[in-house]
Amino acid sequence: MQENAQKQERHRDIMDRYITAPFSEDVAKELRSGDYVYLSGTIYTARDAAHKRMYEALEEGRELPFDLKNNIVYYMGPSPAREGRPIGSAGPTTASRMDKYTPTLLDLGMRGMIGKGKRTDAVKQAIIRNEAVYFAAVGGAGALLSKSIKSSETIAYDDLGTEAIRKLVVKDFPVIVVIDSLGNNLYEKAIEEYKED
Amino acid sequence: MRTIAVDEIISNIKEMCIEANHYLTADMEQALNQAADNEKAPLGKQILNQLQENLQIASNDMIPICQDTGMAVIFMEIGQDVHIEGGLLTDAVNEGVRQGYTQGYLRKSVVKDPIFRENTKDNTPAVIHYDIVEGDKIKITIAPKGFGSENMSRVFMLKPADGIEGVKEAILTAVKDAGPNACPPMVVGVGVGGTFEKCALLAKKALTRSLEEHSEIPYVREMEEELLQKINKTGIGPGGLGGSTTALAVNVNTYPTHIAGLPVAINICCHVNRHCVRVL
Repeated sequence: MQENAQKQERHRDIMDRYITAPFSEDVAKELRSGDYVYLSGTIYTARDAAHKRMYEALEEGRELPFDLKNNIVYYMGPSPAREGRPIGSAGPTTASRMDKYTPTLLDLGMRGMIGKGKRTDAVKQAIIRNEAVYFAAVGGAGALLSKSIKSSETIAYDDLGTEAIRKLVVKDFPVIVVIDSLGNNLYEKAIEEYKED
Repeated sequence: MRTIAVDEIISNIKEMCIEANHYLTADMEQALNQAADNEKAPLGKQILNQLQENLQIASNDMIPICQDTGMAVIFMEIGQDVHIEGGLLTDAVNEGVRQGYTQGYLRKSVVKDPIFRENTKDNTPAVIHYDIVEGDKIKITIAPKGFGSENMSRVFMLKPADGIEGVKEAILTAVKDAGPNACPPMVVGVGVGGTFEKCALLAKKALTRSLEEHSEIPYVREMEEELLQKINKTGIGPGGLGGSTTALAVNVNTYPTHIAGLPVAINICCHVNRHCVRVL
């Protein structure tokens, strides 16, 4: 019975959703590959150098600069803000460079990631295992995406410049669910749908 | 002999770095508009519309089109009757980049050493390609290159027996492997011939060619058209999320090569294919 319900859920139509971060696995479980999501609330940025540092901190038994629990990490390094603006251009970077570190962070409670591009199978398995989600934002739309970021505060690794960890407050930040908690992957599905041979 | 002061070079390069990161050339914008009209996938169309809006916001509000404002790739075509006065040319180019990136609110994405990775904090050094040409002018082309797509670029050292089919296969392989990582719709720059480094340079240069122009060599022109069609049938689509617009153009440059080789380089660029040209 429960299995049937899950199967039905798996095939429901894609839809627009408005959610607030951080969020629990109960919210993540509702999201389906292909859903268009407007994200509000608080998210954190981290890209290559910040991931390396966080990973080293964990290896050495030190605390991370922020609690991962239920939080969303945005793979992004902004351009500098002009006076009076919270941030500069702020689109996603390629997620696969963070693949090495991602399963560990998901196992520690991170609820999801925003990036662009393919992930490894190990990341997908960690998403399923932890009932998490991988979102894509539109790559190369950094000016547009910056409009949904209301504030930005550097909270760690300031010396890394654009690669520092920032706490962002976002309002209706547009993302698309690529890998959902069941392991569905929009990149694979969508290509099949539009392939012509 | 005509004299050009380094100060003139510095100020032009500074302005060009800022201009290239906020405005696309008319042919790029036109290609995106056309793609948005023709895209078959609803989500793909929505993404292309966002890219159009992104360009508007970038130019109206002076926010870089993409946060990855690139490593500054600069082609310097220097007339052999030009005399440069007031300093070293390479220093002037880098000073222009430094001023452009620091004063223009552009991201500093360059690290000093590939292993130790300390940011240089002013986006220098640039990658500069010098060419000596006839005349008494300097033609400067600035092409800030983002690394989402640069990372998906490839060089294949094919065998002569692989022929044109081998070249086409190599291009399709690079594009399919790049998929969503390279921020499609892409512009595909291809270099065929020369040596290992020459084909890569041809491919990079091909990205600066207007999308409205084709190769003057008939078979190359046919290959450009055929590959664009094939790439747009892969299904990758805008953002890699499915659709009929995966590339906006395929630009191929060729050069003589060695009897034993057929080098092919594929330099992929995202839809933010930036370049700015000035002649001093």
